[in-house]
Amino acid sequence: MTERYNRPPRRWGAGHGVLAAFLVVLVLAFSSVIKMELVVNGLFLGMIIALGAIGLSLLYGILKFAHIAHGDFMTLGAYTGFFLLGNLFPRLGLEAEGFGPFTFGYPLLLAIPLVGATMAGLAIALDVGVYRRLRSRRVSPVVLAMASLGLAIALRGLVQIIWGGGTEQYPRLSKPFYQLPMGVRIPPDHVFIGALVLVLVLGLYLYLTRTKMGKAMRATSDNMDLARVSGISTERVIWWTWAVGAILAATAGVLLAVFQAQLFPIMGWRFLLSLFAAVILGGIGNPYGALVGALMIGVTAEVSTEWINPTYKPAIAFLILIFMLLVRPQGIFGEKA
Amino acid sequence: MDFAGTASYLSGFAILAGIYAVFALGLNVHWGYTGLFNIGIAGFFALGAYTTALLTTASPDPALFEDFKFGGNLVENLGPANLGVDLWFLVALLAAGAVCGLVALAIGFITLRLRDDYLAIATLGIAEGVRLVFLNEKWLANGSKGLYRIPKFLGDVISPKNYDYLYLVVVLVVLAILYVSVERVLRSPWGRALKAIREDEMSAAASGKNVFAFKLQSFVMGAVIMGFGGALYAHNIRFVDPRTFDPLLATFVIWAMLMVGGSGNNLGAILGAFVVWGIWTGTQFLPGFLSDPNFRFFMVGFLVVAAILLRPEGILGERRVTSRPVPADAEAAAAEP
Repeated sequence: MTERYNRPPRRWGAGHGVLAAFLVVLVLAFSSVIKMELVVNGLFLGMIIALGAIGLSLLYGILKFAHIAHGDFMTLGAYTGFFLLGNLFPRLGLEAEGFGPFTFGYPLLLAIPLVGATMAGLAIALDVGVYRRLRSRRVSPVVLAMASLGLAIALRGLVQIIWGGGTEQYPRLSKPFYQLPMGVRIPPDHVFIGALVLVLVLGLYLYLTRTKMGKAMRATSDNMDLARVSGISTERVIWWTWAVGAILAATAGVLLAVFQAQLFPIMGWRFLLSLFAAVILGGIGNPYGALVGALMIGVTAEVSTEWINPTYKPAIAFLILIFMLLVRPQGIFGEKA
Repeated sequence: MDFAGTASYLSGFAILAGIYAVFALGLNVHWGYTGLFNIGIAGFFALGAYTTALLTTASPDPALFEDFKFGGNLVENLGPANLGVDLWFLVALLAAGAVCGLVALAIGFITLRLRDDYLAIATLGIAEGVRLVFLNEKWLANGSKGLYRIPKFLGDVISPKNYDYLYLVVVLVVLAILYVSVERVLRSPWGRALKAIREDEMSAAASGKNVFAFKLQSFVMGAVIMGFGGALYAHNIRFVDPRTFDPLLATFVIWAMLMVGGSGNNLGAILGAFVVWGIWTGTQFLPGFLSDPNFRFFMVGFLVVAAILLRPEGILGERRVTSRPVPADAEAAAAEP
């Protein structure tokens, strides 16, 4: 994010490339070369990837290590939501499904902030218990990543201890899909997912640009030492980053469980590759880049099912990642080191 | 349980622990000596196992397998019928190593020039990609039904009841050969250069070492060892399917073994494999939740984190190696702050 200032103006930037790619996809979709329905579904999938990837990118930028437990944060978030919606809320009399056109009821709106707060607390607790100790030992980033691998395993083990290894579902009522022009059928739930993601992304943008802590976060991401000498408490910035990352990941987990209408313990681990691909595509530490990268991966993965066996969908993210590492390892919006 | 039963149970245990020790040796080359972060061991595990399974099984009878087309028939061509000895086993083992080495070469070539953690993400992608290919390409390896009737090495020398004892010897011989060669190689100037890179890449490069080439060689070497491990596993269980190589038992457990035993120490890696596999299999006899597989899953992650935090050097730890001309007390004096 630093190098934005004092940069000589460029005539063609990465932004133009992304815009051009987007236009090409739109033209192809409108001329029915590729199915519009796949493009639309891909955008919704991309929005869920984006929620996870934005937090992952922020953490990557500030803590400088690959947070491998991010996928399992999503899983734990989804299961915490399952506990609230399927167990705690019904006991309190808060039981409802099929709110308006949606499969879920209003309790979901209550559950999401609670799940976010829980996961934020857990993330900060893990930082105090594990990562801060390692930071004070000045270990290399790879050791921090190792620790996050251990935590990823432990978190998934915890999910399986509490909820078992099987497939679960939020309380839901089946609802008719929306029929849109050009043969697009979308479940109403996807509209809710899209709207919520847009609100969260906008909120994050305002947080990063308008609040003191958000600005401190960007400064720390650019240069931690410089941020510290200018009086920013980097430890507090790190806590807030964990909180923001965990809230986004938890929400992504709940939305993924709504999106695919089921939840299972390995869902987050399987999602991790898409998250990292989006982060690297957008340039590490760049949340807006992660958003663009996530949408590109979502659309490419969905559209690819036209020609490729749909079960290969998770591998598409890997192919995009490898292609990116070969062509432009610093990411679309990254600067050459 | 009578004596024979106990002995056969213990030999079954030791075979698997020995195979895991091979993987731990491979991972030690990656992580312990070079600092390469491989979280896709399952991918190499599966590649090695499937390579040998495909090469050695007999050409499939269309009545038995609908989709599976290829069986290498190595046993018939290079077996007792033609040569009088089971030479096929050696060929299959080497082929499994070669396939893993080639895949590692390709992935390493792309990622090892870049940031450290890109390798981790790419290995995650290999594991997922390999799993998806073997799951979906039914013509290649019978899809989710897997391959069975994988031949026994020296199967007609000894009665099936006592075969485990023979195979235990085979595994231990391979492990011993690998241990001695890895020790020799890593004590050479080449191995010292790897350690220098692990400790400080910049200064290794400044002393004229081609960091990328060393990392690539180390990555390929570790992957070849993992391929051997996969092949040994396939001829032990004599059945492979994509579910065999789930991240828990094919990646996470091996990490726990290396971290507990002591990364950077080959004896430690082997010891860790036997200790952790002993805990893993031993706890199933415990009462109550202690024998719950999900609880053991949680403990694997917990063990990794605890090892990093409390005893990063593991049980054995890395031996300090100094040049022969430096007397031991001079080294101790230099270590004083």
